[in-house]
Amino acid sequence: MGDLHNLSVKALSALLQSKEVSAVEVATRFLARMGGNPHRAFLDIDSEATLTQARASDAKLANGTAGPLEGVPIAHKDVFVTRDFATTAGSKILSGYRSPFDATVVDRLRNAGMVTLGKLNCDEFAMGSSNENSAYGAVSNPWDTTRIPGGSSGGSAAAVAARLSPAATGTDTGGSIRQPASFCGITGIKPTYGRASRYGMIAYASSLDQAGPMARSAEDCALLLSAMCGPDLDRDSTSLDVPIENFSAKLGDSLKGLRIGIPKEFFSEGLAADVRKAIDAALKTLEAQGAKLVPITLPRTELAIPVYYIIAPAEASSNLSRFDGVKFGHRTKDYTDLVSMYKKSRAEGFGEEVKRRIMTGAYVLSHGYYDAYYLQAQKIRRMIADDFQHAFDDCDVIAGPVAPTVAWKLGNNASDPLADYLADIFTLPASLAGLPCMSVPVGMGESNMPVGMQLIGNYFQEAKLLNVAHQFQLNTDFHNAKLEGAQ
Amino acid sequence: MTAKLVQGYEVVIGFETHAQLSTKSKIFSRSSVAFGAEPNTQACALDMALPGTLPVMNMGAVERAIEFGLAINAHIAERSIFARKNYFYPDLPKGYQISQFEIPVVQGGEVSFFLEEGKETVRKTVRLERAHLEEDAGKSLHEDFIGQSGIDLNRAGTPLLEIVTQPDMRSSDEAVAYAKELHKIVTWIGICDGNMQEGSFRCDANVSVRKPGAELGTRREIKNLNSFKFMQQAIDYEVRWQIEQIEDGHAIQQATVLFDPDTGETRAMRTKEDAADYRYFPDPDLPPLVISREWVEKVKAQLPELPEARVRRFIGDEEYKKTLRNDIEVAYNQVVYGLSEYDARALVSNRAMADYFEATAKACGQPKLASNWIMGEVSRRLNASEMAIENAPVNAAQLAALIGRISDNTISNSAARQVFDALWSEGGEVDAIIETKGLKQINDTSALEAIIDEVLAANPKNVEEFKAGNTKALNGLVGPIMKASKGKANPAQVNELLMKKLG
Repeated sequence: MGDLHNLSVKALSALLQSKEVSAVEVATRFLARMGGNPHRAFLDIDSEATLTQARASDAKLANGTAGPLEGVPIAHKDVFVTRDFATTAGSKILSGYRSPFDATVVDRLRNAGMVTLGKLNCDEFAMGSSNENSAYGAVSNPWDTTRIPGGSSGGSAAAVAARLSPAATGTDTGGSIRQPASFCGITGIKPTYGRASRYGMIAYASSLDQAGPMARSAEDCALLLSAMCGPDLDRDSTSLDVPIENFSAKLGDSLKGLRIGIPKEFFSEGLAADVRKAIDAALKTLEAQGAKLVPITLPRTELAIPVYYIIAPAEASSNLSRFDGVKFGHRTKDYTDLVSMYKKSRAEGFGEEVKRRIMTGAYVLSHGYYDAYYLQAQKIRRMIADDFQHAFDDCDVIAGPVAPTVAWKLGNNASDPLADYLADIFTLPASLAGLPCMSVPVGMGESNMPVGMQLIGNYFQEAKLLNVAHQFQLNTDFHNAKLEGAQ
Repeated sequence: MTAKLVQGYEVVIGFETHAQLSTKSKIFSRSSVAFGAEPNTQACALDMALPGTLPVMNMGAVERAIEFGLAINAHIAERSIFARKNYFYPDLPKGYQISQFEIPVVQGGEVSFFLEEGKETVRKTVRLERAHLEEDAGKSLHEDFIGQSGIDLNRAGTPLLEIVTQPDMRSSDEAVAYAKELHKIVTWIGICDGNMQEGSFRCDANVSVRKPGAELGTRREIKNLNSFKFMQQAIDYEVRWQIEQIEDGHAIQQATVLFDPDTGETRAMRTKEDAADYRYFPDPDLPPLVISREWVEKVKAQLPELPEARVRRFIGDEEYKKTLRNDIEVAYNQVVYGLSEYDARALVSNRAMADYFEATAKACGQPKLASNWIMGEVSRRLNASEMAIENAPVNAAQLAALIGRISDNTISNSAARQVFDALWSEGGEVDAIIETKGLKQINDTSALEAIIDEVLAANPKNVEEFKAGNTKALNGLVGPIMKASKGKANPAQVNELLMKKLG
């Protein structure tokens, strides 16, 4: 089994269930690949903790109580709290923090049998589009280590692309699953807001944060998403009371007659030619499979940027108040009174981008500015959601680019945070509307860097999105593209 | 109504009361809210604001808010919003308090009460602005930590209902009467235990003064008044202080003040300039609180009979009866006690007392005697020992039995007091006590006649005087008769027989 690490979640699961390999063997293989922490993808690795879980999985496989994904490894973005590994959210302020409980998503995946390989690097508190905002160092893109992997789930995307893990969890607030998936050539999906429990997911912007799986194929994402989602009403008030779905059961539908909406705003002059070319080719493939392309309009696409960068920082400024040095996390060594303890602990603990968003958020919520910024943004947010509903009158799914360009060079936007914000333009609208959306690899752009296509569905239409992606992947091989030296 | 003036100034008072709701667990977590546990033993991951924790509404707290709203005739909002009030303090673990800001769950309503003004009893009504749900903060402990402070999060997340009035009160008497009435309502319907020492019912008073007819003056808020006595003292002091300031030519600065019971003075904690910007915004972790009309109707059907309704029923008010809903009207028709308004109000001063009265009256069939005994002997004993009626050693059944023995002439009133004393201090059974103490009244005519004849023979002078028209001379005969019977003669029968013999 020399290429265990190249196998999909589905293939690994089959081998484990038929006992052709053991969970310990699989875990050992991946742990070996993780040695030296390639691409700085991981923030916490504890092989003993992983092997203990793997041994427990082997026992379940032996005694017939195995879960559907028993023994298949996964790694978690560091914003999910875990008992067995430290959780920092990529921030110095939580250095060494150990949670007394597991996030619901972690718990559910463990109950399905998955073995945790470790915790994945990310932008601090999931704030960023390049993973350069991690307090523990930037992650590099496995396709070109001088480039960013995307963010904020950059460690997740890099780990899957570099075959350090067959799957990873990510979180998506404004594109944090889709954009790194696109930049690293893997598949990732953000479900409808409320499908996956937010319990145990360190909050960035509560009304937008959603967990989702990142893997190589839509087929694997369907398996993972089925295990992750489900009501968690006793622990998360924003969790939706909709029944658990088996997304894998719905991957066989033909695309004949499927109406794919093409928003003209997603194909404006801001879109790089190489990205446009790859997306156009992918749309042609879908047409060839029987889908119909329908021009649509999402007129407030540009407004999504200011709306998002008001609402998300507003919520973040409040969510991050609990990191004050009083109860847990970093406390400054040098303080004279309460206020100096607060100020110094937070000044030392938080990075630049986090501070920038806390200040922006505090500003838009302050007396005298609230109506002009926050309330106005909420109104436009509702209009953006309405725009999608109008669009779905004419189409079944929406397709377009994930990002205007391929992954840029590390350090490129370091002096210009606004450039990062503007690059989120295509992922923000679906986030603000709470819609399910995903990224599917559709080819290579400039400098042989991956390009991802975004698919957006109406509420609870994850199965439809996954089917479109799966049908595409049955006819293409971009999702299986191997990296130089990844063997 | 003319407002009472203090040195030519009109006093204006509004109240904000924090009533701790009587749920078993916290408002957004499942930790216990029991009072007095070791620090931080009743604080779960959510109460400590550990990363990843999220609030989940305790519907029991919402139900209590609905009960309160119904009890004071307020509007229960179909949809209300939880907001975050952001500020940093060590006993506020999340760095924000979850409260309701723009759209509270209870809107409007009023509280009425009676107040003695001179010789008159006047009915006053205070309009409520709102009542909203929120969580309490933890406690900072400043002792025993050698220069540092400790934090106890047991109280963090305790459900509170903050009840806000319009500035409708015009004196400290009115303010205290309002607070007492509110206290009665929340304890009566059982949404709050009302324990002021433990902080279950805390009042903040907003106080200002003005010349009659002028705009509202600048107010100062007296925080955390936790007894009715301090409430009165604090407001009176504050009113005098504000008038003095104005008379001396100083403007009042808006401020938050604390009352010091030791000095009897209020002292400014912070002024408006230090007021924080709380950056309120709707809490994205909690969807709007939706309350269906069905739920409100269900709660309404389970609501106990309210104090005013019970007063009316104790009196037997026919007009009031017409306004009642059917099921209460049924109960109303069954038992009408015909008490005076004064007696009815006194008995309805709290629910336990009213229940005690009803149980006694029903068991003995003598509502007036029951009322007299409860407001007389029972209250006297309770007051003397600072005891609540729930803990009275004589229960309603015992009192009813005692009253039964008075009305069937087994014992006299004075003997009944002896029986009551014995019941109170030693317990026991009414008839057994009468028996052992030999208190049974002599109702036997021939036995009484024998005693009377003896006394008449021994007091010919009194007999003469009475026959000559001096009615007072009768007392000189009754006294010795009662004495000769060791107090056991039936006084009414003695009178009757005496008149016959002398007539």
